[in-house]
Amino acid sequence: MAKLIDVSDLNIYYGDFLAVESVTMTIEPRAVTALIGPSGCGKSTFLRSLNRMHEVIPGARVEGKVVMDGQDLYDKDVDPVSVRQHIGMVFQRPNPFPTMSIYDNVAAGVRLNAKRMSKSDLDDLVESSLRGANLWTEVKDRLGKPGLGLSGGQQQRLCIARAIAIRPSVLLMDEPCSALDPISTLAIEDLIGELKSEYTIVIVTHNMQQAARVSDRTGFFNLAGVGRPGHLVEIDDTSTIFSNPSQKSTEDYISGRFG
Amino acid sequence: MTTTTGPSPSPEAVAEIEQPMRQARLPRWTPWASLAAALVVALLVTAPGGRSLGGVVAITAIAHLVLIGVLSAVREGSRRAKDRIVTALVTIAFGLAMIPLVSVVWTVVGNGLARFDTTFFTWSMRGVVGEGGGALHAIWGTIIVTLIAALISVPVGLLAAVYLVEYGAGSRLAKAITFLVDVMTGIPSIVAGLFVAALFVIVVGPGTKLGIMGSLALAVLMIPTVVRSTEEMLKLVPNDLREAAYALGVPKWRTITKVVLRTSVSGIATGITLAIARVAGETAPLLVTLGITTGTNFNPFDGRMATLPVYAYYQYTQPGVPAEAGVERAWTAALVLIILVMALNLVARLISRLFAPKVGR
Repeated sequence: MAKLIDVSDLNIYYGDFLAVESVTMTIEPRAVTALIGPSGCGKSTFLRSLNRMHEVIPGARVEGKVVMDGQDLYDKDVDPVSVRQHIGMVFQRPNPFPTMSIYDNVAAGVRLNAKRMSKSDLDDLVESSLRGANLWTEVKDRLGKPGLGLSGGQQQRLCIARAIAIRPSVLLMDEPCSALDPISTLAIEDLIGELKSEYTIVIVTHNMQQAARVSDRTGFFNLAGVGRPGHLVEIDDTSTIFSNPSQKSTEDYISGRFG
Repeated sequence: MTTTTGPSPSPEAVAEIEQPMRQARLPRWTPWASLAAALVVALLVTAPGGRSLGGVVAITAIAHLVLIGVLSAVREGSRRAKDRIVTALVTIAFGLAMIPLVSVVWTVVGNGLARFDTTFFTWSMRGVVGEGGGALHAIWGTIIVTLIAALISVPVGLLAAVYLVEYGAGSRLAKAITFLVDVMTGIPSIVAGLFVAALFVIVVGPGTKLGIMGSLALAVLMIPTVVRSTEEMLKLVPNDLREAAYALGVPKWRTITKVVLRTSVSGIATGITLAIARVAGETAPLLVTLGITTGTNFNPFDGRMATLPVYAYYQYTQPGVPAEAGVERAWTAALVLIILVMALNLVARLISRLFAPKVGR
């Protein structure tokens, strides 16, 4: 199920403003790729361009290629809606649908797309997704209760369950733990470790320890100055990036000399 | 346990040294005492013969302001005195705002109850010139005309608001529409009535008066209100939810119908109900578009129709013989209209509570 993504010469714009400049990288399947870098360097923008969520913002556009399975996601015949059905996303702030119960939130991907599915199949899907997100035991007795009634960490795991319920090949995570306490963070990091056996995971994080803990490969983004586009400095195995990076700026960032 | 030795400081010294944040306060009942004293002053100042309610209330208010201000300034200092005076001013302003409301309800209930009987709700005015008679035809007319107006303006207004927020956001066309909608909410209601009347004069012929014309005139008034309130509600839906739906591979139109509208449905329904309540009491546009009849007419496409506001107007201006009977019917029609609008407001509250997103464990 997990897929490899090949990004080549990707330029990302907001209107006329070039936000991220010529990114070329390969995202390995069944592995966690972490993206680190200072604020405003374009990590999140790059992440959102991988499942065509970037273009939801008016005026936003992309040049270059993102190839998954030999198919360019930005080909003019590709429907962004179906891209997003294959590449799921978890956001920085937990955003369960406020009108829906826990059950309905997990089933949202099926229900909102009006896919036909029998009640028992849907029950199984909800249970397996919640189990996948390590939330089942905590919520199995109150599936009918509103999703907003959960704690922040539980809500974020609910959003992960919702994302994996559409059975994506790739899971993008945009600082999924930045609004959570250390215990919830630990729960989600453990979850990421389990999920990588089935999914390709890309995670944006500000927390370098987190990148070191959960990822197999790490990409470092930087920007030359305010108002200048962000760019990928280097991407390599996490152990290499954290012990022996090839670029001076990576070493400076990781050792805390700037950023 | 330790015991203190040496002379203990006097209570004044404690207040001075150890509690610099402590200040003298007036007792809690002071405002009420001041108000009572002000009332006594007002009663003493005004001569028993030339005493009027308005004069007494006004003098009481002023005396209370002065009294509480001086008391507080002397005992509590200037900052608290200002606080007391402003509190009293705000309360007086609230009282002033309540006067017309209470007065209207009081007068209408007082005058309207006389004919608030079963005859009023079961009879029309067909063949009635003097006493008796009712407003059944006008009640039906108001319900039919308002319902059709709502059926026209709710879909139009709702879809226009969806366009403005979800599709046109920031575009020049959307800005122009928003501006025009704002202008439309301010047009005098008679203009809407004359617009529809003129339209039908051109299309059908002079002197045309139909129920549907009244509905159209009300729809012209209602659409801007529905657009505006729906627009505000849609803007309140956090963008996070739209993105969450897009990220699940949900198409835009499904995101709008199943997530955005579903999340804001309570506010939208409330806005629509309030818009209906607002147009249900319109008189001027109905006066020129659908006129008045004495009998019940269920067909909005055929002939004149009676409505409660127009009924009240005609019962007051052309009361028949004896005149008191007509005037009494006018008061009762006004009372029924107020009850109707109040019921719609209660429905709006109920809807907003029923559909509101639930947060609970």
